[in-house]
Amino acid sequence: MNHILQAIDVHKAYAAHVALNGVSLDIPERSIFGLLGPNGAGKTSLIRIITQITGADSGEIRFRGERLNPSHIAQIGYLPEERGLYKKMRVGEQLLYLARLKGLSKADATQRIKQWIDRLGLRDWVEKNVEDLSKGMQQKVQFIATVLHEPSLIILDEPFSGFDPINANLIKDEILALRDQGATIIFSTHRMESVEELCDNIALINRSRKVLDGPVSQIKDTFKTNTYEVEGKGRLMVIHPDFEVLEHKERENGHFYDRIKLHHNTTPNDLLRYLIGNVEVHAFREQIPSINEIFIRRVQETMPETLETANALL
Amino acid sequence: MDKIWLIAQREYLTRVRKKSFLIMTLIAPLIMAGFIIVPLMLSQVSESKKVVAVADAGNIFAGELPNDPDNEIRYVAAASTNLETAKAAFRKSKNAALLYIPRYDVNNPVGFQIFARENLSLPMQVNMERMLNRKIEAARMRQAGLDKEVLDKIKADVDLQTVNLSDSGETASSTGITTMIAYVAAFLIYFFIFLYGVQIMRGVIEEKTNRIVEVMISSVKPFQLMMGKVMGIAAVGLTQLLLWIVLSTAVTTGLASVFGAEKVVAARTGQLNQATVDTDNSAAASAAVAPADAPAPKKLSGAAKFQQEFSKGLDGLNIPLILASFLFYFLGGYLFYGALFGAIGSAVDNETDSQQFMMPITMPLILTIVIAQSVIIRDPNGSVAFWMSMIPFTSPIAMMMRIPFGAVPVWQLLLSMGLLIAGFVFTIWLAGRIYRVGILMYGKKVNYRELSRWMFYKG
Repeated sequence: MNHILQAIDVHKAYAAHVALNGVSLDIPERSIFGLLGPNGAGKTSLIRIITQITGADSGEIRFRGERLNPSHIAQIGYLPEERGLYKKMRVGEQLLYLARLKGLSKADATQRIKQWIDRLGLRDWVEKNVEDLSKGMQQKVQFIATVLHEPSLIILDEPFSGFDPINANLIKDEILALRDQGATIIFSTHRMESVEELCDNIALINRSRKVLDGPVSQIKDTFKTNTYEVEGKGRLMVIHPDFEVLEHKERENGHFYDRIKLHHNTTPNDLLRYLIGNVEVHAFREQIPSINEIFIRRVQETMPETLETANALL
Repeated sequence: MDKIWLIAQREYLTRVRKKSFLIMTLIAPLIMAGFIIVPLMLSQVSESKKVVAVADAGNIFAGELPNDPDNEIRYVAAASTNLETAKAAFRKSKNAALLYIPRYDVNNPVGFQIFARENLSLPMQVNMERMLNRKIEAARMRQAGLDKEVLDKIKADVDLQTVNLSDSGETASSTGITTMIAYVAAFLIYFFIFLYGVQIMRGVIEEKTNRIVEVMISSVKPFQLMMGKVMGIAAVGLTQLLLWIVLSTAVTTGLASVFGAEKVVAARTGQLNQATVDTDNSAAASAAVAPADAPAPKKLSGAAKFQQEFSKGLDGLNIPLILASFLFYFLGGYLFYGALFGAIGSAVDNETDSQQFMMPITMPLILTIVIAQSVIIRDPNGSVAFWMSMIPFTSPIAMMMRIPFGAVPVWQLLLSMGLLIAGFVFTIWLAGRIYRVGILMYGKKVNYRELSRWMFYKG
């Protein structure tokens, strides 16, 4: 698999604290990558190194196999957590200015601005000053500014925190479209549930260290506990060495809810067969851990001393 | 470099298109015009001459009424030399005063009287007393057998003509004009550094509070962003200066055609520097500067004298050198301080926090302008002037105070310019170090120790 970006043992320290402690990442081409972790974990520091706002103390970043250098700036689009535009500048001029700073020619930039403006319904606002726009529209302008130069790597720091639900969905669709056109997207957020279903790959960062990374499906497989949720009707009395009832709830009219863990290489089908012989099954599903839960478990295993702070920040 | 150019362009255009820029550009020459018009109008209002009737019973004027040199009083003969008749006529007239000259003894002149409806102004009274004194002195001289004409010949009136002796030969110069040019140049640099330095600082703070700065520095280097801003704003300043010169020339020319050229120039030069207009020159030169001719052998007075001095003064100055060095120190000083203002802007979150860091920057500026006015202007080639025109913190202002007086050795000028260039390269580098850390720092109260640490952060 080709990697658009690789971070190799990156260290970064500020005067008072260590922001990144030997972080390595591989981000595949044409994927959506989630950079997840609580506030202050080091996500923004890593992004600022990738966008060349600051440099790493040691370690290396490779962009498509090359050592990261200023020529890559034009291929990266960055939407910082702190959004902002020049308030007294017209929307059209502002977009043109930001695009030209990314190295676009005036003609190219003008043409692309026109396309994006029409696509996001900002036609009537091009000549207005940014400060006259609603917050939602400013966010659209900001998004256009991020992707106008058709970067192959788009970095979105806390992408949905500033957007209202309608804009968030709109932007989500645009991001997926960009991915389909060949771009790679990095989501950085502390709200893991918000990007869980979008990401192909994730990396979890806590306290300046990477605690876990890989494809989402694989991670979820690894963290599966062989636990199944069962809902049904009847009197369920499990007396079987392979099935362990973790939770049992009686509901009205003889309904029940159980969480059952499988042992000794038994399959869900074995459990189902056992259940069908005893009760009427209404629902049967595997309990899949959320990224949030995985994160907490992982931190618990690897750095138990930081769990409390991590929990508090999440 | 492209990016610096793009940034400078934006900084320039957004500022020049602002309404406040237009208003400032238009209003400043109008305010200046106001400074010229108001005194002119006032002088015209009070210009109506006071009429003083003279009842010359003592025949001091011998039928020839005097002219007032200050042009404030017009003397007319009273209806009669008889005091009572004259008084009666005065009551009926609109004259300001009645001057009564009794028959008097030249050796003991007493009994002179002035009758007026209201108290006369002191200058007017002094004026009349002086006029009478001269008449009586002349009478006494005649009595002593001295001829008035002989006496006039004896009287001396010396004007010192300044000539600079330098390697390039003798150049006539005018201390008045030189002083004026030195002042104007130094003050323009002083104001420019202040006005536009603060604009750089505000621009940086604005970018921080707008939170656009992170977007910007993911496209450009912090240093490029800072330099673009510094250069764009310099261009704004030069534009404004140029427009002011054009507009105020137009306004002055317009006024000249309304009020008459002589008065406008007089009023203008009077404002720019009182030192240039001595009391004799109250009615000063015309706007047109005549080519300098050989020093006139005969004594000139009033307008002609000023005009000659003005043209001679300009002639004696090395205008290309003054203009070139003005432009150099204008920009050099701005770059030196502008970068520092930018660094301050990056270190704070809002303008109120900037005060503590402004102090060390504004102090040398204010100190220079104060010392320049007192020490350097009196001794443009003294050791204070020398050192201040070498140190980059003070040299833009101090050197501009010295250059119009000439005689700044070439090595001093080159050394001063070299030091200023080294100075602004250093402040820009220093500011760049602070700037790149500061612009990403939010909500942190910064002190000097913190700032000095930023300088040694790795990129």
